[in-house]
Amino acid sequence: MLFGGVILLASFAYLGILFAIAYWGDKRADAGRSIIANPYIYALSMAVYATSWTFYGSVGRAAASGVGFLPIYLGPTLMAALFWLVLRKMIRISKANRITSIADFIAARYGKSGLLGGLVTLIAVIGVIPYIALQLKAVSTSFLILLQYPEVAMPAKGQRVGLLQDTALYVALLLAAFTLLFGTRHLDATERHEGMVAAIAFESLVKLVAFLAVGVFVTFGLYHGFADLFEHAMRLPDVDRLLTLGNAAGTYGSWAWLIALSMLSILFLPRQFQVSVVENVNESHLAKAVWLFPLYLLAINIFVLPITFAGLMQFPPGTLDADTFVLTLPMAHRQEALTLLVFIGGLSAATGMVIVETIALSTMICNDLVMPLLLRWKVLALGSRSDLSGLLLGIRRGAILLLMLLGYVYYRAAGEAYALVSIGLVSFAAVAQFAPAMLGGMYWKQGTRNGALCGLSLGFLLWAYTLLLPSFAKSGWLPLAFIEEGPFGIAWLKPLALFGLEEMDDISHALFWSLLGNVGTYVGVSLFDRQGIREHAQAVLFVDAFKISGRGASPWRGSASLEEVMTLIGRFLGPVRTEDAFAQYAAGCGLRSWQALEPDAELVHFAETLLAGAIGASSARVMLASVVKEEPLGMDEVLNILDEASQLLAYSRQLEQKSAELEAATAELRAANERLQELDRMKDDFISTVTHELRTPLTSIRAFSEILNDNPELDARQRARFVAIIVKESERLTRMINQVLDLAKLESGRAEWHASELDLRTVIEDAVATTSQLLEERGASLTLQLPDEVPRVRADRDRLLQVLLNLISNAAKFCDRDAGRIVIALRVLPDALQVDVSDNGCGIDPADQETIFEKFRQVGDTLTEKPQGTGLGLPISRQIIRHFGGKLWVNSARGQGATFSFSLPLAGVAEEDV
Amino acid sequence: MSKRVLIADDEPNIVISLEFLLQQEGYQVEVAHDGQEALDAIERQPPDLVLLDIMLPRLSGFDVCQRIRANPDWSKVRVVMLTAKGREVEVSKGLALGADDYITKPFATKELLARVRDQLAG
Repeated sequence: MLFGGVILLASFAYLGILFAIAYWGDKRADAGRSIIANPYIYALSMAVYATSWTFYGSVGRAAASGVGFLPIYLGPTLMAALFWLVLRKMIRISKANRITSIADFIAARYGKSGLLGGLVTLIAVIGVIPYIALQLKAVSTSFLILLQYPEVAMPAKGQRVGLLQDTALYVALLLAAFTLLFGTRHLDATERHEGMVAAIAFESLVKLVAFLAVGVFVTFGLYHGFADLFEHAMRLPDVDRLLTLGNAAGTYGSWAWLIALSMLSILFLPRQFQVSVVENVNESHLAKAVWLFPLYLLAINIFVLPITFAGLMQFPPGTLDADTFVLTLPMAHRQEALTLLVFIGGLSAATGMVIVETIALSTMICNDLVMPLLLRWKVLALGSRSDLSGLLLGIRRGAILLLMLLGYVYYRAAGEAYALVSIGLVSFAAVAQFAPAMLGGMYWKQGTRNGALCGLSLGFLLWAYTLLLPSFAKSGWLPLAFIEEGPFGIAWLKPLALFGLEEMDDISHALFWSLLGNVGTYVGVSLFDRQGIREHAQAVLFVDAFKISGRGASPWRGSASLEEVMTLIGRFLGPVRTEDAFAQYAAGCGLRSWQALEPDAELVHFAETLLAGAIGASSARVMLASVVKEEPLGMDEVLNILDEASQLLAYSRQLEQKSAELEAATAELRAANERLQELDRMKDDFISTVTHELRTPLTSIRAFSEILNDNPELDARQRARFVAIIVKESERLTRMINQVLDLAKLESGRAEWHASELDLRTVIEDAVATTSQLLEERGASLTLQLPDEVPRVRADRDRLLQVLLNLISNAAKFCDRDAGRIVIALRVLPDALQVDVSDNGCGIDPADQETIFEKFRQVGDTLTEKPQGTGLGLPISRQIIRHFGGKLWVNSARGQGATFSFSLPLAGVAEEDV
Repeated sequence: MSKRVLIADDEPNIVISLEFLLQQEGYQVEVAHDGQEALDAIERQPPDLVLLDIMLPRLSGFDVCQRIRANPDWSKVRVVMLTAKGREVEVSKGLALGADDYITKPFATKELLARVRDQLAG
């Protein structure tokens, strides 16, 4: 026997188990050893999708439309294939921004708009409350049916039970209490509820087992397997209609619409967002959920048709609602335990949905509806209250209670009006309105807040007009004429055939118009709208979620004090939790304690995200703005930032250019350095040579001086000879010093020049006169070959004389010892004068002809007598002639004398003058 | 038998002074004006000591020194390098090639004679 007491006891025992699991799950989570951190629990928690609407309603829908129950499960199965693309992105975005609800998600995407968050919350609440009512109805109806056991009949209809006798009220209150107990035990910064998820996963398991048990009992207990059952079923009158598409199941179009609708629902129902996004522990769990979740849906649907057919065959038509077949079939066959299991299964399905849905909605109501209003309501002076975490919990608990009561009220008012399945689809259509703003927000950067606001509003209005109002009319709250003739008799405004669009079922029709209006407005307004800076930053953050690795702080400038920020966060999360969070953040920054934190943009961003977990993105922003003296970032400043960026770019280009120049300069320097080192080495050689040359006469001078000093007894002849050597060597030394200095002056360009117009002939004659004594000593004859007239040249007379003296004395030195002959010839060339000084000496080897012009390079004509001279005469002469733009060279062959020649250009001499 | 000294230098006045100084000391002096001439003189009759200038025409003092040391017959010939190039490198090079001593120009006559005496005594 199943007494009411037994049923209640079983129910409470079951809820107790659930609570134990939840409690255990929370404890483990606090201890850091999560029990839900695996893909199987994750996939099972997703199965909160299957509510009592699935548990009882699928059979009801199958009885009415055959395979028409399938699209609701095909949609999610199809969407599961896209989970890795879409859901993973939602998870990534939500984790990065601490998003705790779908309202938060949309609000955050469109510039943390409080208005948008509120609108989404409103739509979700209005859309989902009937769905909650549906669960209450399912539980209370199944309870009432069970109470009549062993009689199998529908509970009495039409009679209004008193409020206090209404099972549904107690169910509602019980569920509310239960939800409060483990949905809002504490305020979690991330708003994750591990215990709840564990309980929900367990519930998914229970409802699956219960449904499979009934299926197995019906198929293999009442019949001999599927074949036998379907064979019997073929005798049913309507069976063709139920098993084929295109008639009872609706048109193919309806199928497509239903599949699309349920595809969107699996993503955007608040409870689905809660379990699959907010409660997700690890993105990678999705990989398994992608096939586990569809598998679950398949399993829970396998026995839908067998149970439907069995119910239709077992019970006389019209006596029982097909919705109750799952329960009434085991009842009719006195399977008490199975019946109880089914009831518990149905309870699981209902409680799971209600708990998650109300928790999700209460978060939205609290964060996106109540808090923004309270924060704006200055009278409450919320900003100055010390600890708001209690208030937050209070708001959430109140919201849960309110939702349950609203659900109950809706059930009381409309519970009998509409079939279960239809209410579910109405809810689906409502949350489908989130799709454009959500998907657009995730994949289209241009989507704007205004676009989302307008799209959502219009979609919601059209949904209300084409689905909600007609359901009201069907419930008798509005005249049926509203549906049949249109408002005020305007036919094209008929809510079920808007603008004359007929021949679609209600859901497809509503979905078509609402989504058309929604998407059209969203895209249209967005295209003609401009995003604010913050909005654009958020858009990039969302759309590029996979590209952005770290947190993306929007451009922010302002100042804040760490204490103020901490105090603010502390008000909502409690001081201990806040310090923990900041300490962790500080540790992440490599700081020893949170006191060392700098209140910079990063920290403010962190605080905002932390707060967003508790009170939602838009409220968090408002709150933080109160302590952070944020300087608004105007277009000017953004332009400035861009300008700075482009300047930086220019600088970097300049730097590149500079560095290239530097490299070139370095190369030049290196070359110059090498040249300098070469010159240095040459200078070293020169000095070394000069000292050597100077030491030579000095050696003789010193040696003879000492000899003369040490040998007073030397005879006069020898003494005179040694003194003569000393004098000669002294002269040589002096000459050498003078010439070295002279050459140094010439080479460095510091020599003085006294230019004048001169007749070269007179210079030659002077030179000959000066050297006449030397020539006489040598016994050399000299012949002058001078033209009668030569052009005057402008040059330094003394310098020219120096060259000539050098050449003549060289010639005198090297000419033939016995019959020396020297010829000096002056010739007038077209553009120059040329002087040749020839001797009849032994000549110079061709190999030595360039060497003799090098410093200190003398080529001795004899091995026994070192040539007199310094070895600097020719180099100096060449320098002088070059200065006047001329050339000095030698023509000679061994044994045939040598001719030294120099030329002086006629033009240009004057210009050379300094 | 007085010791024989070969002077190898191309600077006539220096040769005159050295010749005078050494003869005054009682040495038998021979003169060569370049490296080759010096080698020829040694070949004819190895002296007891060579005063060898480095900057010699035809064959440098270093080369002459090297050849002297390469010939075992001349191992008793003392070589004193004499040069105006007083750099460390030159000194090391000369000594490395087997010179017995090194005197830089200009020299103090007494010191030069003392060095020559030392070499001939040792």
